[in-house]
Amino acid sequence: MENKHPASDNTKLTRREALKLAGVGGLGLILGATGMKSLLPSASTSEKAAATPVLADGIIPFYGKHQAGIITPMQDFICMGAFDLTTTSLDDVRKLFQSWTAAAARLTAGQTVDEESGSPHLPPADTGESAGLNPMRLTITFGLGSSFFDGRFGLAGKRPAALVDLPRFNSDEIRKEWSDGDIVVQVCANDPQVAFHALRNLARIARGKAVLHWVQEGFQRTGAADPSGSTPRNLMGFKDGTNNPQVSDPAVANEIVWVQPSDEPAWMAGGSYMVMRRIRMRIEVWDRSALDDQENTFGRHRDSGAPLGKTNEFDDLELDRKDANGNPVIPANSHVALAHMDGKVKILRRGYSYSSGLDARTGQLDAGLLFICFNRDPRKQFIPMQQKLASVDLLNEYITHVGSGLYACLPGASEGGYIGDTLF
Amino acid sequence: MMKKWGYPLSAVVLGSSLLLSACGSAETAKEEKKPEAAQPDKPAATETTANTAAVDLQAPIDAYRKWVIEQTDQLVKATESFTAAVKAGDMEKAKSEYAPARAYFERIEPIAESLGDFDPWIDAREGDVPDNEWRGYHKLEKALWETKSVADQGPVADQLLQDVKQLRVKVESVEIDVKMLVTGAVELLNEVSTSKVTGEEERYSHTDLYDFAANVEGAHEIFKVLKPALDAKDEALSKEIETRFAELDAALAPYRKGNGYVLYTELKEDQVKKLSQSLDALAEPLSKMGTIIGG
Repeated sequence: MENKHPASDNTKLTRREALKLAGVGGLGLILGATGMKSLLPSASTSEKAAATPVLADGIIPFYGKHQAGIITPMQDFICMGAFDLTTTSLDDVRKLFQSWTAAAARLTAGQTVDEESGSPHLPPADTGESAGLNPMRLTITFGLGSSFFDGRFGLAGKRPAALVDLPRFNSDEIRKEWSDGDIVVQVCANDPQVAFHALRNLARIARGKAVLHWVQEGFQRTGAADPSGSTPRNLMGFKDGTNNPQVSDPAVANEIVWVQPSDEPAWMAGGSYMVMRRIRMRIEVWDRSALDDQENTFGRHRDSGAPLGKTNEFDDLELDRKDANGNPVIPANSHVALAHMDGKVKILRRGYSYSSGLDARTGQLDAGLLFICFNRDPRKQFIPMQQKLASVDLLNEYITHVGSGLYACLPGASEGGYIGDTLF
Repeated sequence: MMKKWGYPLSAVVLGSSLLLSACGSAETAKEEKKPEAAQPDKPAATETTANTAAVDLQAPIDAYRKWVIEQTDQLVKATESFTAAVKAGDMEKAKSEYAPARAYFERIEPIAESLGDFDPWIDAREGDVPDNEWRGYHKLEKALWETKSVADQGPVADQLLQDVKQLRVKVESVEIDVKMLVTGAVELLNEVSTSKVTGEEERYSHTDLYDFAANVEGAHEIFKVLKPALDAKDEALSKEIETRFAELDAALAPYRKGNGYVLYTELKEDQVKKLSQSLDALAEPLSKMGTIIGG
């Protein structure tokens, strides 16, 4: 298995993709990807929907100015892990990122992690569980935690000022085993096995240099379950991500997501800061709260996703609307009202639901949101927003932040270079 | 005890047949080593291995066999003393000699395992085999630490010593090829990660770290004999493995106590995790040692 899709890109249809598309619109005609996209119902009602991939098993280029997996429209699954370096040699770190870059470029192109030797006396180079599978829009995104910049590698002076230690927010119950790490690797794909395979093989490459600190898998509804690409719902049943910035517009992405050349430090230009929060939902409690409580908590209608008192998901919030008694229609301490931040502070959310079985102590589901967001400077974006949310958000009754991390996601690499080459 | 029972069958078959025809004498076995390719019933895969490996790799095989014989000599001596203590009812002496004696076995476990039933006879844990067939070191471990009486363990002690002595005879003639060494080194470490690092091996005595160290030493010995061949083939890999052995040794060092190790139950969770991760860090490059075979 060398290259499963030598000629595959997002403009050509494989037989499988064609069949999938035919099923989507109930059409028997294959018009080519571009024509088909425009025929899909509701695809043009929002940029969010328009950006949703039609070709579920395409290849997302690994090399580029920015890393993929940040403004890339979300895939269906995530398998994310943080590593702690066991080596204390910067040269080892450099080699690790070179090996990881080569591996990630192959994997995202739908290839095995490395060439096979063919020797029956050696373990196969690739672990094999993705053999014959499509690339499934696999992306692999690397970031550095603040602990990376302690004294070990002589890089303490290079730590970006924006890579702060996150403050403790109200009612945080952060646990070490779900937090931080020297390096974060976010793997997303439209297939959970393809995603797991990638993280597993990267962990294998790291042996002797780095060990996994935590791993978390996540999911959302699949493209197959919702071909229209409407805003996904979180495990509380509400649409989540309606107000996400339209980062398909480069000006918006530059403003909100990408570290600019004018920002310090220079080696981060084209990168972004990722915040990860493992947010446990008190699902059992939520499930027995009344519909109007739930809707007041979010500030939206559950079914339509419309702001309270409105009918369509993408209607303006108009937070200053009052009811007959002079009270705000959307409670001021509802999630949507607080996260709006007067429209001035924005982040790009890219989170997934998670379900990690049972909490053995309580017999309750350990499930919630693997919150991920990207921002250009967390000191001006995520942190003030979360400080506000953590203090008064009605949602806090139903959620607990149990894991946390802030990572400097490196700029993209060009072919011949490697992720991290601007720093190492 | 090794969990995998699929150890190179060819080695077992060959080893036994050689033994039968050669009456277990070391000299005869050595003389018979060369003509093995001529044997008509020999599996093809091993034949290929032996052919490609014979020229470069005979010296390491001989060196390893010599070491195995030395270890087994020590195992017999230590088991003699241990079983004598059991039979004399000297619980304290028996307990103090249990883990160090077993270490000689743990170092050569892949060899023992290739010789048919020796591994379960000597090293089966309770539940690994039907109760009425259970014998060996762990049965005495349970008597010493759990039931705290060895009054009725005389026959078990006698049987163990007999098994160990028979193993000593058999190792003289065991067929060893490079493939077996390469696989055996990794299997020793896999042993550690599946049972020793979890504290499942020594469930009554909690002396798992003795076994941990012994398995690693066994793997290290294999690496040492193969190192010249590996240096020639892939020096970077050889260096990496050497570094990882040193790192694992350093990771174990804090738990050395006297001539032995602290009890497994004294380890904290994160200490176990660190040992386990150091082991994985070594086992991954070690698993690529097969590169010296052929190609």
